[in-house]
Amino acid sequence: MNAPWTTVRFNLNGEACAVNAPPIKRLLDVLREDLRLTGTKEGCGEGECGSCSVRMNGELVNSCLVPVIQAEGATLQTVEGLATNGELHPLQKAFLACGGAQCGICTPGMLMAAAQLLAVNPHPNIAEIREGLAGNLCRCTGFMRIFESVVQTAANEGASIEERPAHAR
Amino acid sequence: MRGNVEAHLVVAPGSLAAVLDLIAAMPGEWTPIAGGTEIMVAHAAGRPVAEKLVSIWGIPELRFIEDRSESIAIGAATTFSDLRAHAAIDGDWPLLSAASAWIGCVANQSRATVGGNVVNGSPAADSSPAFLVYDAEIELVSSRGSRRMPYAAFHTGYKQNAMAPDELLYAIHLPRRFARHRQYLRKVGTRRAMAIAKVALAATALLENGQISEIRVAAASLAPFPTRMLQVETALLGQPINSITIRSARAALLAEARPIDDIRSTAEYRRQVAANLLQEFLIKLRTGDTSK
Repeated sequence: MNAPWTTVRFNLNGEACAVNAPPIKRLLDVLREDLRLTGTKEGCGEGECGSCSVRMNGELVNSCLVPVIQAEGATLQTVEGLATNGELHPLQKAFLACGGAQCGICTPGMLMAAAQLLAVNPHPNIAEIREGLAGNLCRCTGFMRIFESVVQTAANEGASIEERPAHAR
Repeated sequence: MRGNVEAHLVVAPGSLAAVLDLIAAMPGEWTPIAGGTEIMVAHAAGRPVAEKLVSIWGIPELRFIEDRSESIAIGAATTFSDLRAHAAIDGDWPLLSAASAWIGCVANQSRATVGGNVVNGSPAADSSPAFLVYDAEIELVSSRGSRRMPYAAFHTGYKQNAMAPDELLYAIHLPRRFARHRQYLRKVGTRRAMAIAKVALAATALLENGQISEIRVAAASLAPFPTRMLQVETALLGQPINSITIRSARAALLAEARPIDDIRSTAEYRRQVAANLLQEFLIKLRTGDTSK
């Protein structure tokens, strides 16, 4: 069977966008192949590693698990949407300053997961940072410099990193 | 090898009525897809995926949590992020809140749905033991109407359930009557996030005058589907908690459990750990330890 393609419209990094694609095509592939936004990476392709993380309607999703038809009407943010007017996002600056990126494959997903975490919890403690990034695997850094990058971002943004018990969230 | 994207028809009718009409016209032909955390993984791995998929993502009539004082109704397309963020669930059904928090990771919880977890019927399903010990009811809907059944009767075999081909899971209902119960849930996996349970055990119980007056025990990965441990419950009902009853409860669990060897663990490990979890729960029940 050759299934009919579908036209999907969404807002991507602040701009209206329309693509025509097979409805089950992964949002990841639409971003990379149809829209040529190759910042979003593929790692495992089965929702385990977080490399393809993007934000959809204010939530973090694995774009490898989103059939593009379900992005209809969505507001999407990819790593390309973090920097504004040529200036890096505070998280990107912190990843640079703290050595939070090495080979770079996990980095876009890490940045999006960290952006999601800080959007819902601007003052995460270290346990919350670990949980927020638990679905993102890095095989280079050993994670500590990534966690430190998030800690520094929150601190630089005027947030004090408090140690709070998880149940007080 | 990855599945062919051209080989699948996916439609998104946008309303519950339109989805039910579509399914009713060709019962069994259309497979619902919500957050895709099962079907998209299978497709990526080249495992068989239904040719015709109907998207139930983004249908508000299926994504709701409705507090009805005596109970709470959870729409089938409610995500585990939705559950985690809900104060009444956290307060009155804390085991469900805890289970929601350990499903995959943030990016999975924002897409994985309650209905998907239940209908998929994995023996290791994270939310199922909690639903079982809270006496959940399942509400099924079709163009013919709706019906309710105990969740404990829903699974009928490995990845098989009591749904008719034209039915859709509509909601899960949890009675609000566990405020006095001691509650327990523990999952054993390889790491805190992203792990599928080697074994998980849930329980709710009332201890009155030193005797167990009410008890429910349920497990994941001990049988072909998530299941109540009725022999364990029988062994404990009306009993005090002491070394003799703990021993007989362990024996009942070891007799009742039907785990298998697979890539995640062995049957023997699962049996022994499940018995240890049961013992941990009983000791906490006796000592009044309220920590989760």
